[in-house]
Amino acid sequence: MTQFALVIDLNVCVGCHACVTNCKQWNTGGEAGPLADLNPYGKDPNGTFFNRILSYEVGTFPNTETWYLPKSCLHCEDPPCVPVCPTGASYKRKSDGIVLVDYDKCIGCKYCSWACPYGVREFDEERKVMTKCTLCVDRLYDTSLPESRRKPACVLACPAGARIFGDIHDPDSEVSRRIREEGGFQLMPELGTRPANHYLPRSKTVLPIDEAQVVRAENPLRHDEAPHATGLQPIEEEMG
Amino acid sequence: MRPAFSVLFLTTLIGAAQGAAIILYALFLAKGSGPDAPLAFYLTTGGVSLLLLAAGLVASFFHLGHPERAWRAVTCWRTSWLSREVIVLPLFGFAELLWLLLLWQGDWRAAAAWGSVMAFLAIALYVCTGMIYAAVKVLREWAHPITVVNYLLMGVASGALLTAGIAEGLAPAVAPMLAKAALWLTLIALVGRGVSLWRNARIPPYSTARAIGVHHQRIRQISQGSMGGNYNMREYFHGQPPEVVRAVLIAALGAGFLAPVVLLLLGVPALLVFLLQYGGLLAERWYFFAEARHPQNLYYQVV
Amino acid sequence: MYEASEPIRNGVKATTCYMCACRCGILVHVQDGKVRYIEGNPDHPLNAGVICAKGGSGIMKEYSPARLTVPLKRRQGAERGKGEFEAISWEEAFAILEERLARIRATDPKQFALFTGRDQMQALTGLFARQFGTPNYAAHGGFCSVNMAAGMIYTIGGSFWEFGGPDLEHAKLFVMIGTAEDHHSNPLKREISAFKRRGGRFIAINPVRTGYAAIADEWIPIRPGTDGALFLALMHELVRLGLYDRDFLIRYTNAAFLVNQDPDSPDYGLFVRHPEGAIINPLRPHNFAWWDKNKGCAVPDHSAQCDPALFGAFQLADGTPVKPAFQLLWERLETATPQWASEITGIPAERIRRLAHEMGVVARDFQLELPIAWTDWWGEKHDRVIGRPVAFHAMRGLAAHSNGFQTIRALALLMTILGTIDRPGGFRHRAPYPRAVPPNVRPPNGPEAVAPNSPLKTAPLGWVEFPEDLAVDEEGNPLRIDKGFSWEHPLSAHGLMHNVITNAWRGDPYPIDTLFLFMANMAWNSSMNTAQVRRMLTDKRPDGEYKIPFLVVCDAFYSETVPFADLVLPDTTYLERYDCLSLLDRPISEFDGPVDSCRVPVVEPPAGVKPFQEVLLELGYRLKLPAFTNPDGSRKYADYPDFIVHFETQPGSGIGFLAGWRGENGDLALRGTPNPSQWKRYEEHGCVFHYKLPPGMRYMRNWNRDYLKWAQEVGFRRDFDPITIHLYSEILQRFRLAAQGKRPGRQPPEALRERVARFFDPLPFWYPPIEDEQTDTQRFPLRALTQRPMAMYHSWDSQNAWLRQIHTFNFLYVHPETAKAAGIADGGWMWVESRWGKVRCLCRYSEAVEPNTVWTWNAIGKAAGAWNLSPDANEAKQGFLLNHLISEELPFGAGRISNSDPITGQAAWFDVRVRIYPATPGEPKESWPQFDPQPEAIPGMVERPKRVVAYHLTKGVME
Ligand SMILES: Nc1nc2c(c(=O)[nH]1)N[C@H]1C(S)=C(S)[C@@H](COP(=O)(O)OP(=O)(O)OC[C@H]3O[C@@H](n4cnc5c(=O)[nH]c(N)nc54)[C@H](O)[C@@H]3O)O[C@H]1N2
Ligand SMILES: Nc1nc2c(c(=O)[nH]1)N[C@H]1C(S)=C(S)[C@@H](COP(=O)(O)OP(=O)(O)OC[C@H]3O[C@@H](n4cnc5c(=O)[nH]c(N)nc54)[C@H](O)[C@@H]3O)O[C@H]1N2
Ligand code: SF4
Ligand code: SF4
Ligand code: SF4
Ligand code: SF4
Ligand code: SF4
Ligand SMILES: [Mo]
Repeated sequence: MTQFALVIDLNVCVGCHACVTNCKQWNTGGEAGPLADLNPYGKDPNGTFFNRILSYEVGTFPNTETWYLPKSCLHCEDPPCVPVCPTGASYKRKSDGIVLVDYDKCIGCKYCSWACPYGVREFDEERKVMTKCTLCVDRLYDTSLPESRRKPACVLACPAGARIFGDIHDPDSEVSRRIREEGGFQLMPELGTRPANHYLPRSKTVLPIDEAQVVRAENPLRHDEAPHATGLQPIEEEMG
Repeated sequence: MRPAFSVLFLTTLIGAAQGAAIILYALFLAKGSGPDAPLAFYLTTGGVSLLLLAAGLVASFFHLGHPERAWRAVTCWRTSWLSREVIVLPLFGFAELLWLLLLWQGDWRAAAAWGSVMAFLAIALYVCTGMIYAAVKVLREWAHPITVVNYLLMGVASGALLTAGIAEGLAPAVAPMLAKAALWLTLIALVGRGVSLWRNARIPPYSTARAIGVHHQRIRQISQGSMGGNYNMREYFHGQPPEVVRAVLIAALGAGFLAPVVLLLLGVPALLVFLLQYGGLLAERWYFFAEARHPQNLYYQVV
Repeated sequence: MYEASEPIRNGVKATTCYMCACRCGILVHVQDGKVRYIEGNPDHPLNAGVICAKGGSGIMKEYSPARLTVPLKRRQGAERGKGEFEAISWEEAFAILEERLARIRATDPKQFALFTGRDQMQALTGLFARQFGTPNYAAHGGFCSVNMAAGMIYTIGGSFWEFGGPDLEHAKLFVMIGTAEDHHSNPLKREISAFKRRGGRFIAINPVRTGYAAIADEWIPIRPGTDGALFLALMHELVRLGLYDRDFLIRYTNAAFLVNQDPDSPDYGLFVRHPEGAIINPLRPHNFAWWDKNKGCAVPDHSAQCDPALFGAFQLADGTPVKPAFQLLWERLETATPQWASEITGIPAERIRRLAHEMGVVARDFQLELPIAWTDWWGEKHDRVIGRPVAFHAMRGLAAHSNGFQTIRALALLMTILGTIDRPGGFRHRAPYPRAVPPNVRPPNGPEAVAPNSPLKTAPLGWVEFPEDLAVDEEGNPLRIDKGFSWEHPLSAHGLMHNVITNAWRGDPYPIDTLFLFMANMAWNSSMNTAQVRRMLTDKRPDGEYKIPFLVVCDAFYSETVPFADLVLPDTTYLERYDCLSLLDRPISEFDGPVDSCRVPVVEPPAGVKPFQEVLLELGYRLKLPAFTNPDGSRKYADYPDFIVHFETQPGSGIGFLAGWRGENGDLALRGTPNPSQWKRYEEHGCVFHYKLPPGMRYMRNWNRDYLKWAQEVGFRRDFDPITIHLYSEILQRFRLAAQGKRPGRQPPEALRERVARFFDPLPFWYPPIEDEQTDTQRFPLRALTQRPMAMYHSWDSQNAWLRQIHTFNFLYVHPETAKAAGIADGGWMWVESRWGKVRCLCRYSEAVEPNTVWTWNAIGKAAGAWNLSPDANEAKQGFLLNHLISEELPFGAGRISNSDPITGQAAWFDVRVRIYPATPGEPKESWPQFDPQPEAIPGMVERPKRVVAYHLTKGVME
């Protein structure tokens, strides 16, 4: 069974919001749209977006890490949002695991969004229905698109290549491999929702340099008879 | 959570309606062979109960984005407590109406039998309503059987008080007994609510570290990418300062439980006490929402 | 549902994005003449299919209610700045301009000043100014990053910014300094991410940790304005330990060139010329001298079998004392110890040392070798290209300080001594760079260059090499209204746009008549001291005339500047016009060869707008400017596309704006006769032309013989000579000598002698930002910075319904301890005050900022009513503009001088010093200053949707 998902590489996400507006762009004009914007040119503008970037600071100066967390529906394998829906408008597709809302059935009771721990469902105030990330399902199977573009809009947009799309049930897929190899994790896994979307953690590259490496045997200073080269002598001798 | 007024009215109104029905039926049964209160009392109280039920239903529609599609909500009774509520609520109303008809017809035997169906549906409706909240696992303040129990206790208590109030006018004979029942039920409801308050105060907060998958003691949100707000900020934050929340809690406990007990003891007319209690229960319901801390809020702490 | 594929492809057109100046390739899906979807063009070399937050919001720009749609004239009798306009026809607009500009051109062309903001058509606007005959032309570079361009071009013949960049494909260590978003937005993100995935180590040096720095392996917080000291200390450590690339320094830089050390000589501090040396280029002789340690005498540079000295003091045969330039550099570095720099930068000395070691060891021990054969300028054949995989990138964190030029020179030297210039894994040039040091374009150098009814003989902007190149008169007074290329800022290669309004208002150096602003929001975010500048625009002379009598603004949107205009020319958007990103300007070249690109219209513009290009062509024709008119007075080019196809830099040069598909059949590249189907060919190829150099010409281009030959043939270079790295800058020394009175020829006015002598140091040095020297730093202990938000472009995206939801207003980010010490609460209202002004704003605590620094996102705050936002929009009520705190001038002697780098005139945005304190509880909870709302209804502008918009072509509402 297929379970499509996004894997988001926090190691390279720079919090640029490309995924946010390109998601909006694709979806407002697509099957999932239109997505309303309220007070678009006035006070407190706000609207329906399927994907948002949160930022956090971890630690204290100077050991601060700045974290960006792109967050959209995680297409949980055990999605609490689905069974609570009284109309069946919220459903999870058996074929590919995508969790969707059928706008024609949704009565806008918002109950599904209560059940979702992640705050990723957004009620569209204009259409009065619940909306959320569709994994751009209207791109995935569109054979009129070139194969390489049959991916979510946010994935194609992401300048850092931080968003990877694929089937996490296929152990050979890139997403599965990266989850496995790079320690992919889920958000609040203890809640039992089994999110399909995973995140890849930050990793640090360090270059330990030891003192002996610093002064090379073939030091140009000796050749150059630099006025300060004397200061190096002891180390050079040590290194033979 | 942000208290949704439609839901506050819905749950409190139908809670009282169901309570009244249950109390009426109990009163009816207590006599066994026939009512010792005038039929008018039964019919009036039942009618009021039905009105409250209808009012609750109307209120609930305000909660829906697409009320015209509300009928669709019956389709998912296998999984959704909301769907079950949507089914049980009219069934209960229908059962109550039928029961009143039977009373009106004077078919006591049938009324006794059918009343048990009605009472069962009333209780089922409490369960459905309570479970709507208790089934939301992530809202740990709600996700406990005590939530269902409390819906039942508070509903029955307010129903009893309503019944007692009407009885003071139409069936003075049973009024003191009903008032006493209301008093005790209110006290029991207070205990139930007290238990949940006590429990909720002990729930550890969700941790941002788990929410974002970073393991560190000190994590602060800096932004959420939607400075003008969004649905998730509107729906899950009551937006009131702590003082207001405390005040509402005090009002809820005072008006919803303590004052009614005292006033009933002082002999204040039960209908007045009911109105006061109803206000208190509205406050209680408001607080019920406000005290529920949704884990999604961890993602929306700072604009 | 959902499975159905939507018929969106009823029109997909490739063009080039212009939601910012990065210029990614995009595919625009159009349906029924409306834009459905904009995606990155996967076949484009710059973005390879990705697109950013702004690029993905193009639809909301195209359909923004802030668009201007008709030419506007200030209503008769209405006060300037009130935005009271009447709609006029284009014919009337042209007639007004023609009459006025013809008069100016016939009398004193200087009276017309054309300044352009974040545009990308300086080749055309510059041509227009030159043809008009005014030196008063510049684009945004002077207030943007000219320090970066000049600091590096005067050193290595190329620079970060559009002219070169870090080769992250090969690098192992990447050090990014003072960069938030950069000009190369999308490519940089792609490259950093790929670099990190390959296991490269990424260090960010920045007072603030956001964006790119967030994902750095290590963040080194630094006090603003102190990077120069850090670079000197890093070099100190590298030279001290012998971690420099000796072979590179000797062969490719002037490190071993002998410098005259006789203080009495007129050539003091200049390179010794060897009489037997090869001159190579008579226009710029190359006969330098090395000290041969074997022979014990001076020999021509690059002599075979010579063992040149890098250190030491010697005497020439005639007794002249000389030292190799590297010796002089070491003398400079000797005291610049990590300990010294630590106190200035706030970075622990041990960390500085470790950083130097990392750089030096990686450069040495991870040496790369690419099996690519090439020949150097001196004819030596190399069978491989060597790389030192330490890459740097820096941008305005260095540039936007008044010590930026020397700081950036120091960085260029650091990169040089590590041996990383135009080598794999280091810094790589982008065509047409590398160019001569400095490039061979000179600005007009005296009043005689400006004459009525005649074009300038040179381009208005250029590169100064000698004091004689300065744009000054006999007395040394500035020729230009912005005082560019004057003794105040001699190497101001991009002009000083930030001083134009103030200078014109004051009539210093002279009053002007018409100020024409294209694509610049000078009444807001591109001015310092904004509130005053707004006043200057409305200030009048005693006779009732405005001090700046006529202001023309060409913009596409209702910016803060529009209300001040006497004449408003509505422009098209980037989706509605032809445009080209030319090699004559700032192309989007890649490391492996030149790339240029263009835009083609994908949707119809509103009826009343006209592309600015067409406006210039029309004006050029009406004013009979030679480039736009036939000798018989008829119009030379039908329209802009026609102009682009047929214009040649010189008759028959074969060089035009677009370099691809030239020649009658379109089979020539870079040079060739005009090709009438050129636009078509570009359209067929995604609007981009990428010329890939053969591998042997992709590296070491400063000295790569084949490349240099080719570069001359295709017209990138005038001369055929090597581009030696100016570790030691003789050019700067010449200005110093002039200032010291030791040099014949032009000398600065007395008042400026000391300044020029001080800052024109041939070797980089660190001095505190100039504002510090004049400021009580106890009283103003903090420095205030701005950063570019990735999801906003300057001031112009608040009209974008999607982008403004992300940055609706801005906070001042303050370290919690700093804020608490001042008694300011997180999220509370506060004041931030400099010597020049104060601003009330909202505070946000942040652990990701150095405690002596406060910062905010740039240009989020807006004037009430601007951009057709409602006057109570958050941008106006909670947002704020930091520019109110920054002065465009500093006291100087008895007068004032631009608040800029003293060498290049780069605006010193990031020098400002501030103090902070809480707002009192009774104060209004809104930002300050507030301005009277701009009128909400001006002719041609639609009423803004009040409650909701939802964009969908077929189902949707656009209320
Ligand atoms: N405090 C502070 N101030 C700064 C800076 C800083 O770091 N800190 N940075 C400075 C720098 S580097 C720069 S480059 C400047 C940028 O400053 P400006 O060059 O003034 O840039 P924008 O604010 O983008 O304004 C450009 C104008 O172009 C208009 N425009 C947009 N598209 C079009 C078009 O297609 N045609 C026409 N005709 N007009 C169009 C916009 O509406 C806007 O009015 O800001 C400077 N100001
Ligand atoms: N999204 C978006 N992209 C843009 C623009 C935009 O407005 N929006 N503008 C474009 C333009 S015109 C320009 S000029 C470029 C500018 O691109 P950048 O140079 O990246 O722009 P700034 O945001 O000015 O970044 C300055 C950085 O330097 C840091 N800094 C300030 N002072 C110092 C210092 O003394 N030392 C060090 N080490 N760091 C310091 C600041 O914290 C900040 O991170 O961006 C271009 N790209
Ligand atoms: S587009 Fe990519 S890098 Fe940018 S915020 Fe989204 S995930 Fe992060
Ligand atoms: S993330 Fe939320 S909305 Fe998405 S499937 Fe999981 S529970 Fe449902
Ligand atoms: S809002 Fe719509 S999708 Fe959500 S639970 Fe209600 S009916 Fe289902
Ligand atoms: S998968 Fe599609 S719908 Fe989901 S966040 Fe990405 S772009 Fe938006
Ligand atoms: S970086 Fe973004 S806005 Fe700039 S050109 Fe590229 S896609 Fe367009
Ligand atoms: Mo800039």
